[in-house]
Amino acid sequence: MQLAVWTYEGPPHVGAMRVATAMEGVHYVLHAPQGDTYADLLFTMIERRAKRPPVTYTTFQARDLGKDTAHLFQTAAREAYARFQPQAMLVGASCTAELIQDDPAGLAEAMRLPCPVIALELPSYQRRESWGASETFYQLVRALADRDARPAPREGRRPRANLLGPTALGFRHRDDVIEVTRLLETMGIDVALVVPLGASPADLAAIGTADFNICLYPETADTACRWLERTFGQKTVRTVPIGHGATMDFVAEVAAAAGLADIPALPHSNLPWWSKSVDSTYLTAKRVFVFGDATHAIAAARVARDELGFEVVGLGCYNREFARDLREAAKLYGVEPLVTDDYLAVEQAIQAAQPELVLGTQMERHIAKRLRIPCAVISSPVHVQDFPARYSPQMGFEGANVLFDTWVHPLVMGLEEHLLTMFRDDFEFSDAHGASHLGHAHLGHAAPTTASVEVPEAEGWTPEAERELLKIPFFVRGKARRNTEAFAAGRGIASITLDTLYEAKAHYAR
Amino acid sequence: MSASLPIAMPGCADAPVLRERGQREVFCGLTGIVWLHRKIQDAFFLVVGSRTCAHLLQSAAGVMIFAEPRFGTAIIEERDLAGMADCNEELDRVVDRLLDRRPEIKLLFLVGSCPSEVIKLDLSRAAQRLSVKHASRTAILNYSGSGIETTFTEGEDACLAALVPDLAATEAANLMIVGALPDIVEDQFRRLFAELGIAHVDCLPARRAGAMPAVGPNTRYLLAQPFLGETARALEDRGATRIDALFPFGAEGTTEWLHAAAMAVGIDEMHFRRVVAGPRERAKRALEPMRERLAGKSIFFLPDSQLEVPLARFLATELGMLPVEVGTPYLHRRHLARELALLPAGTVISEGQDVDRQLDRVRAARPDLTVCGLGLANPLEGEGLATKWAIELVFSPIHGFEQAGDLAELFARPLRRRDVLRL
Repeated sequence: MQLAVWTYEGPPHVGAMRVATAMEGVHYVLHAPQGDTYADLLFTMIERRAKRPPVTYTTFQARDLGKDTAHLFQTAAREAYARFQPQAMLVGASCTAELIQDDPAGLAEAMRLPCPVIALELPSYQRRESWGASETFYQLVRALADRDARPAPREGRRPRANLLGPTALGFRHRDDVIEVTRLLETMGIDVALVVPLGASPADLAAIGTADFNICLYPETADTACRWLERTFGQKTVRTVPIGHGATMDFVAEVAAAAGLADIPALPHSNLPWWSKSVDSTYLTAKRVFVFGDATHAIAAARVARDELGFEVVGLGCYNREFARDLREAAKLYGVEPLVTDDYLAVEQAIQAAQPELVLGTQMERHIAKRLRIPCAVISSPVHVQDFPARYSPQMGFEGANVLFDTWVHPLVMGLEEHLLTMFRDDFEFSDAHGASHLGHAHLGHAAPTTASVEVPEAEGWTPEAERELLKIPFFVRGKARRNTEAFAAGRGIASITLDTLYEAKAHYAR
Repeated sequence: MSASLPIAMPGCADAPVLRERGQREVFCGLTGIVWLHRKIQDAFFLVVGSRTCAHLLQSAAGVMIFAEPRFGTAIIEERDLAGMADCNEELDRVVDRLLDRRPEIKLLFLVGSCPSEVIKLDLSRAAQRLSVKHASRTAILNYSGSGIETTFTEGEDACLAALVPDLAATEAANLMIVGALPDIVEDQFRRLFAELGIAHVDCLPARRAGAMPAVGPNTRYLLAQPFLGETARALEDRGATRIDALFPFGAEGTTEWLHAAAMAVGIDEMHFRRVVAGPRERAKRALEPMRERLAGKSIFFLPDSQLEVPLARFLATELGMLPVEVGTPYLHRRHLARELALLPAGTVISEGQDVDRQLDRVRAARPDLTVCGLGLANPLEGEGLATKWAIELVFSPIHGFEQAGDLAELFARPLRRRDVLRL
């Protein structure tokens, strides 16, 4: 047993729901107890879908246990087919139904429904959400792809590619698809099929007619891509175009896969110039901690170091299926890879690394808030605000613009907060005086500011050195304290004085 | 004072109930943890379940999850399923570690889930075993919040019912309010009872594990919530007697609820009227503008919390709304008898659910307002139907005089929003 308060991923049947909900004409009959329908609200609330997810739950109750549940499943499947008339049906069990040993696959087969029925085996006690999505996608492709479909002869037509992996509840999947489609259009390449997002089983049958595949989200699409390589000989473009450089690499890889002789002029990204402009100089070597799903984390680390000039001080992911890729990436940055789904371990790692910026999920946002470190969200799981109304891709050149703004914004805010804190005791900024533009009303004693000043509790600091430490900006104060203490410990200095503080500063100067 | 209520029509007291089975779009009882852990301040709720259970709590608790909540899930893994003995040892290990890390916990609930019930993990034995081990510090109880046994608010019922056998015994003629209420509402009721001359009122649950009320043959209890069937039974097993009343929603419901309690403990009628007159008038004033917005509007309740019947009664009798269908996950006839009698005759009362058929009825009726869960609200809005999401009715303070206006406002707001948007 594992004690959990927060989970980065849901159970695997939620992954299957993400695939079913992304598609048109698919219905998922899920053998599950009353209550499991909670998952619907992830789609209707977080993603704000205006339609119910295409999922029928058997919602069995205690009184149904026994042979009744099998009957219940068949009734639910029959009624779901009659009502929704899907082109294809998914059937499977949630964690509880897995224990009661009804066999959705066998039960559905015996019913001989007049549409393809794909049985899902999703081991709930071993696997998680993204694995469930990947497996479901793979099973759908395997069952529905027309194996005789092949691309038309190349002469006289544009190259055609499939975009694989975007799902419901995916972080910025909606806009990434638009952005990548536009980019391919500029290159003279057509998108044959986007799956699962927006595709129907009938569309899926023609998956083999594309010249090659683009694996946008390996977490969902990698397994299916490998099968398509084997079955249809379709090449897979594996570079994930998140960031300016990665997008350039992606373009090159796509051009090669499509057999393009030369690459036409591409829309440019503002990121390179924004990052070179003098306003960005202060970003240099900012210490950044990156955590998320492996794909987004690895991509973010590259952008952070190569395109914004940050120093990557931590890199991790929660999905162990991609732990190998993450570990290899961590080597590039000389950091310990962190593969865990325990948010307390992430919190500990962040605390130890003392970063100046955290890039992570919704959970890291809350950890960073607690530790008072600026933060931006780069990966699922995310809350409703990260399914924005505005166009907001992560991929491609516009995606790079979005990344620049999203990551730099909290830092600028951090600097503002620091300046305000620094000048707090100045006459004009004193809390007791209120805001000058609100007239001259004297507020008297305003509530004490919430920006509490942390007083070092470590022993060995002389009062003088302690006071000096408080003058250091709060977002580097932790690092300064840690460095100074390490410096003192290394030299057997028992009492940290002003001199020790500045000796250490000189020692660690970059 | 009940004379001031609308004259009791035949209402729906004997109306046939539409009983449906099929897909149910409801929460399981685990969700109750989300508000119970706020109420009992030194209790921890440890769900023994699967990743799905943890994911449900996380989805239901929203941002609460980041505030070091006093609940968690012991997620059953593959190796726990291999052998049952191992499962018990694992649970002990998790509990030991948890209590080590959270020494302030005085009451630990082991909460059963669908997986733990299906594998027949005996949590009551585990609770006894662990109680002995941690006897000096932490009481350990268990109840089931599984979806196969409980629907949404029934989780609170199961939790409170688990507390009852351990309540101290008393011969005193005490008055007990049963059902977790927001602190502010509880305090308002205590003040009113004090003014009536009932200085001491017990609440189940109390805010702290060590302060749970005593119970005995002279205990009279008043249900604050309609979903407490098991708890009522457990209290009656201990000799307590229920005071039959409307539930305290709206000016009239609250008056009647207080009145029943006051009469039961022998408070003078005139004194009662004097004490209640002020707040009752205030509540009516707050309801007046809402009546203008809501009167004549039809409303359809999908089953969710068992609050549907008393809320429909409040909306119909005090605000002039027209209930089309009132769905409830479970209909406790005895506790709701007076409520049902006040519902307009002809209202369809349904128990249980076949969600697709029920939605067909919603679409056919095209009510002005549909009360439903968050899985259905946006899809129905997408079809052009105004909705009020039901969960808010469980999380917001809605009981008593001072909240009557707020309660009506919860139903008026979605309709007003449709009027103000120019889209």
